[in-house]
Amino acid sequence: MQFPSKKPRAVTDLKAELYSQPLQFYGQPPLENISLSEFESFAVDRLKLLKTVENLGVSYVKLSDDYLRKLDNEIRAQNFPHGAGDAKDQTEKRRKDHISHFILRLAYCQTEDLRRWFIQQEVDLFKYRFRELNSGEKLEFLHKNNLQYNTISAEEKDNLREKLTISSYAASGVKVEEQDFYKVPFQDALDLVRTRKVYLKEGYAYIPHNEIVTIVLNDFRTRLSKALALTARSLPAVHSDERLQPLLNHLSHSYLGQDYSVQKNVGKISLEQIDSLAGKSFPLCMRQLHQALRDQHHLRHGGRMQYGLFLKGIGLSLEQALQFWRMEFIRGKVDADKFDKAYAYSIRHMFGKEGKRTDYTPYSCMKVILSNPPSQGDYHGCPFRHSDPELLKQKLQSYKVSPSGVSQILELVKGMHYQLACQKYFELTHNVEDTAFSLSHPNQYFTESQKVLGGGKDVKRETDTLQRPQENSAARGLTAAREPAVDESQHLAEITKNLETDFQDA
Amino acid sequence: MLSSDYDPACLPDLLPLYYRRLFPFAQYYRWLNYGGVQKSYFQNREFSFTLKDDIYVRYQSFSSQSELEKEMQKMNPYKIDIGAVYSHRPNQHNTVKSGSFQALEKELVFDIDMTDYDDVRSCCSAADICSKCWTLMTIAIRILDRSLRQDFGFHHLLWVYSGRRGVHCWVCDEAARKLSAAARSAVAEYLSLIKVRQFHFSFNINIFIKESLTVVKRYFPQYALQDQNILGRKESEEKVLALVPEDILYIFNVHRATTAKKRQYFEKEIMLQYCYPRLDVNVSKGVNHLLKSPFSVHPKTGRISVPIDLKDVEKFDPFAVPTISLICEELDRPMADEDEAKLEDAKGKENEQDSTEKRKIRDYKRTSLAKYVKYFDQFLAGMTDSWKGKLLRQSDLQKEF
Repeated sequence: MQFPSKKPRAVTDLKAELYSQPLQFYGQPPLENISLSEFESFAVDRLKLLKTVENLGVSYVKLSDDYLRKLDNEIRAQNFPHGAGDAKDQTEKRRKDHISHFILRLAYCQTEDLRRWFIQQEVDLFKYRFRELNSGEKLEFLHKNNLQYNTISAEEKDNLREKLTISSYAASGVKVEEQDFYKVPFQDALDLVRTRKVYLKEGYAYIPHNEIVTIVLNDFRTRLSKALALTARSLPAVHSDERLQPLLNHLSHSYLGQDYSVQKNVGKISLEQIDSLAGKSFPLCMRQLHQALRDQHHLRHGGRMQYGLFLKGIGLSLEQALQFWRMEFIRGKVDADKFDKAYAYSIRHMFGKEGKRTDYTPYSCMKVILSNPPSQGDYHGCPFRHSDPELLKQKLQSYKVSPSGVSQILELVKGMHYQLACQKYFELTHNVEDTAFSLSHPNQYFTESQKVLGGGKDVKRETDTLQRPQENSAARGLTAAREPAVDESQHLAEITKNLETDFQDA
Repeated sequence: MLSSDYDPACLPDLLPLYYRRLFPFAQYYRWLNYGGVQKSYFQNREFSFTLKDDIYVRYQSFSSQSELEKEMQKMNPYKIDIGAVYSHRPNQHNTVKSGSFQALEKELVFDIDMTDYDDVRSCCSAADICSKCWTLMTIAIRILDRSLRQDFGFHHLLWVYSGRRGVHCWVCDEAARKLSAAARSAVAEYLSLIKVRQFHFSFNINIFIKESLTVVKRYFPQYALQDQNILGRKESEEKVLALVPEDILYIFNVHRATTAKKRQYFEKEIMLQYCYPRLDVNVSKGVNHLLKSPFSVHPKTGRISVPIDLKDVEKFDPFAVPTISLICEELDRPMADEDEAKLEDAKGKENEQDSTEKRKIRDYKRTSLAKYVKYFDQFLAGMTDSWKGKLLRQSDLQKEF
């Protein structure tokens, strides 16, 4: 009788209730049905966000202005909940936040390394978001999450005033009168205890309000760590679902951007341009390969694959590629016949014209860095990863990189941030302050380089105004950076096509 | 005089006597059983023994006090260590699925070793100690005891002489036994100003330091200036200056008329450098760390690891601690008349008890070990009330009457 009209309202109320908080501890997993494409797209977006969190954490001081601004941009770009915005809009985003977190738990619980990485980025993201809450929201969060820490009364504060001042003031410049102090069992405030930055009395730590963040973060970290351990145990059940297993493996291992297999620029590059392009727009790995090819008129298989596919990605057609390699190899020890017999086949294979006819995709940075390390006589791989630092230094100096730039790059290399080192190389050779992109593919390097050298100011401004979500088709036409969205949905379509997806649930 | 009577070669003869007639098994069991509040707490406790010829055996566990007694009397261990309470009986750990056998709880422990003070002792070095440098131990005990009680709210602390050159502290509160490794490490770091074997002095103004300085100041003038004669001898003076951080020394030298505040810091720092307790954080960190048991014998010195009475800590003399040879000798001495009379009275009251039990009770009371066991009894009495309260609450929950 009255039921039908009540039901829809109850459901939406429930959702609104669930997602009424701007921030959560992810204690309860989501209990709804979603489509596989939503499953994947949510997970991919969150992964991109977390990778940005990681990169920003290395490139900038955490919580500095640059860091905050860039992180905020990325959060909006990936359509996650952020400070401003009306409630209805936020509900959807919070739902996405909730679901994507739990999906990534499945992907990242399996090994110690994956867990550590995931926890670190989630903690950093949480830190940022908690900071963005106002103090009323903070208190509400504490109480809703059973962190029933009580504030001490005014008289107690008065009695302990001198001690609180000495212990807290020196550490964090806190004025005792102005702040609330919480009484927290010392086991919940270990970081502050360890460094003696807090007043302890009879097993309780007296913590000023602004230090509560540390406590909350530790709590979050502990909960997440325990949850991941539990998740790992139930993983076999998840893996038995064949639709999910490939998706999850894909998430923790792969490159997630454009694959450059869809060639938009075929024929736009002429062979004569390659030498100058190598100097200007090629990433260091490809520049190195090109140089070796010119010097020795030969490259081994690993080098041919890495460089050949890259050239395909920048727009070389099959005919151009054949001509290019032939011309170079003939100058060496290979004669025309031998080339046609031995090497031409493999080039055609690269373009998907032989054998099983797979159109191979150019290698992403991750692939170059992680697989097939070069040995003596090889020129492939990632120079930031595989070259001896001294040799790398000499090479950079020979390419006219400034000494301070060289040392910045070497620092990043030492910290194993190879892609960031390459990005820094980009910045130094193109004379830009800040790359607007996060480097993960050699062809991306090339495209961005061409943009900077050709488009100049326009390009930079466009990428800064990356605000509105993908629904806005007008924006799509405007910004070049929006293109990946198109390719991505194709990419996604490819993957979901390969899996058996018969149903689409709302 | 007493220690020269001890000969390590006699241990094989003395130990059986010690374990049969002197070792306070009843109190020892009462302690580690913790009132029976948690099931199998004693049964799941790991002990390790060092036997004759340096044979070391781990994962020993016992199901009752009598089994503990029988085994120890059979094996006559040279050294006894106490480990953690595990999820299963340690002596069956091989039958447990790997990964399930876990250390769950243990007392929070601290180990202060005199050799860690070698760079600031001018009277002795290495394993030697004397009454002059023993003051460092007294200071350490005072500082740590105050902090563990007042700052961390712990109540049941057992301080034990290690038998040669240091002291151990066993924090037996329930909350302490349940601490995670991370929490233990944090507490140990809170208490460390001078990191042992990692000479790093971080000056962070804090209540803790202020309180510790108060303790140190009480002892410092006498200890450092007189006993160690710090500023009296040239090498010592140089040693003092060598310990001062370079930046302060620079200021001190360059600006002779240094400000009062800086000189204050300089003096404080010297005092702390000399006297502040030096902990080995690694001992405290691990839940499964094995530490020498109270009432264990030290094979090299023969001294028993006796509990230290906090009320008299300034008067504690490590050289007056009884050796195993002394107490075994005391067993055979004829008793004074009044002692005999007291024991006859006690005999009357203990009629129901086993006669061997009676004899045992009399035995240690005859020896110098008596006062230490008495102190241990007091320590246990302090904890008993908390056990009773817990048991009552548990039985209420289960509705047992």
